[in-house]
Amino acid sequence: MTETKTFPLNAWYAAAWGHEVKRDLTARTVCGKDMVLYRKGDGTAVALEDACWHRLLPLSMGHLRGDEVVCGYHGLVFDAGGRCTYMPAQKTINPSACVRAFPVVERHRMIWVWPGDPALADPAKMPDFHWNDGTEWIGEGGTFYSMKCDYRLVIDNLMDLTHETYVHAGSIGDDAITATPFDVTHTDRSATLTRWMIDIEPPPFWEKQLGRPGSRVDRWQIITFQAPTIISGDVGVAVHGTGAPDGDRRQGVNGHFLAAITPETATTCHYHWNFVRTFHKEDAALTATLTKAHVNDGKGLYDQDFEVLEAQQKAIDRNPRMPFYNLNIDAGALWARRLIDHMIEAESPGSAFRPGVAAE
Amino acid sequence: MAETIEWRAARLAAARDLTPDIRLIEIETDGAFVPPAPGSHINVAVQIGERADRRSYSVVGPCQDGRYRIAVKRLPESRGGSAYMWSLAPGARLTVSTPGNHFALSPHRPDYLLVAGGIGITPIYSMALALQEAGVPFRVLYGARGRADLALADDLAERIGGRLECFVSDEGRRIGFAAEIERLAPGGELYVCGPIGMLEDAKSAWAASGRPVGGLRFETFGSSGRFATKGFTVRIPRLGREIDVPANASMLDALEAAGVEMISDCRRGECGLCALTILDKDGIVDHRDVFFSDEEKASDAKLCTCVSRVAGGSITVDTADRMAP
Repeated sequence: MTETKTFPLNAWYAAAWGHEVKRDLTARTVCGKDMVLYRKGDGTAVALEDACWHRLLPLSMGHLRGDEVVCGYHGLVFDAGGRCTYMPAQKTINPSACVRAFPVVERHRMIWVWPGDPALADPAKMPDFHWNDGTEWIGEGGTFYSMKCDYRLVIDNLMDLTHETYVHAGSIGDDAITATPFDVTHTDRSATLTRWMIDIEPPPFWEKQLGRPGSRVDRWQIITFQAPTIISGDVGVAVHGTGAPDGDRRQGVNGHFLAAITPETATTCHYHWNFVRTFHKEDAALTATLTKAHVNDGKGLYDQDFEVLEAQQKAIDRNPRMPFYNLNIDAGALWARRLIDHMIEAESPGSAFRPGVAAE
Repeated sequence: MAETIEWRAARLAAARDLTPDIRLIEIETDGAFVPPAPGSHINVAVQIGERADRRSYSVVGPCQDGRYRIAVKRLPESRGGSAYMWSLAPGARLTVSTPGNHFALSPHRPDYLLVAGGIGITPIYSMALALQEAGVPFRVLYGARGRADLALADDLAERIGGRLECFVSDEGRRIGFAAEIERLAPGGELYVCGPIGMLEDAKSAWAASGRPVGGLRFETFGSSGRFATKGFTVRIPRLGREIDVPANASMLDALEAAGVEMISDCRRGECGLCALTILDKDGIVDHRDVFFSDEEKASDAKLCTCVSRVAGGSITVDTADRMAP
């Protein structure tokens, strides 16, 4: 009870890509809640507590029958609302018998779950992740499941792209990033970091995508955090002097890196990522290349982050009393953490922010 | 649903009578207040003569001021819990648990029908306020014997207006479940808290409607039967025992107090673990559980000893005891 909470429960979290959840049972832990995910016959996704009411065996070890889950131990059956509909060797059903049913929404190609108080689960509170729809912006994406670090380390990582210069040297890293100042602004639910690098040599990746050899460029990174776990990074380059800083990006190429980072436990997370673009949209080979560039069997761009983040968590575990020290470059990350802390505080018993009835 | 409850030191902060035999009690606890979700209850440690015991009471309302409210009906033939609760004056020390919930209200359903019988209004009241707040369609049907027994009805009418309909049996009005279920939108749910007779009516009407079995939610209080609560005698030939069950104790309590080894779990007529085989009887078995089906109850083969009784007279039962070889 005294353990400090690191994530709010009353929020929508990405639990899986839509294509990963089928007419069978998938186990997934979100915010310390074990869930079993499946799809009903009509296509609707369901998330139930992954522990049978009777003897707590994970329901994900059972099987799907119609739209209901049959426990793999004694055959208790639970419907999509979590209500028990069958008990072995008796004519009635104990009215208390149920497992939690977590609110689920499928949007932007992802399955989102709400691990907190279901009464507060409002689809209007869904984060904006429309770049991931697969329509206007193109990209395949993927997930690092059960990554061994506090999800906030991933947020730190994405809210401060200074690291690109060192972790991703040779692709998107560039000294101009560290040399250019940035602005950080925030609302009560989002924080935005903006950095414009004017009249620079494009880094190798962007030079190739722009296809204008020899041109100097204006490069932008406009990274928006939506509390508690969504990040979208508007990134790109345009030929210098063509008006990109004033809003005219026609002489440029534009992408978004997307992250839906879901706490699994206090020290592990699921990192759903994508890189989407509006340039060369019909080029399926480029989509595949970009996906590969991000993962590439352990040698991609994101694997470089993966390695750093897991090593960082290990170091934190070994140095439990060591605080982080902060630099100027951490402003974006610190605003993100502040917004998360506000959400956690609002859920604490006795808080004046408390939104309503109890979660659990 | 697994849940953890914690016991807290507490104080009876205020009490007032809602009806001649229903008292609203406000309780303040030490430590952080855990808000009660609709349908939840708290456990209260009670003293029954020499014996420490516990009772569960549904929490009334969202308790936004940090005080748990419970409504306790004084029953002349109670097992002693209500008499104890009625004996307490403001300032009395209590030990209570944080809320648990066996009767959770599912949000985001297209329609709700809430039905209360008598003191069963307590969880239904909380649910009604939550649904009103959420702005979703619902209706409340509230049955009681006399108009004076309609605890919380005026309060509720003030908050939810015409969504509340009262049925006073002394005035000849009864809830017609079949017709009411018919009015419920597809995918809607029925929540019932009331005496066993009302529950049985609700269950059979729900089954006849062909709606999904999981859409009927109910909670009972084991103190209600078709017959008045009286003392009776239990004979156990296998053990050569004859045990009196007083009106203020359950058969299970009386057997355990007499040293008969029993297994049990829920103690509210749901799980069936405490059931014993009936060998003979000279009174009517008043089945007050929701574990056995109607057919099983009619056959009188077994009874749930935690809630079911004999309406005066005696019963002969068998236990699981066997001689070691």
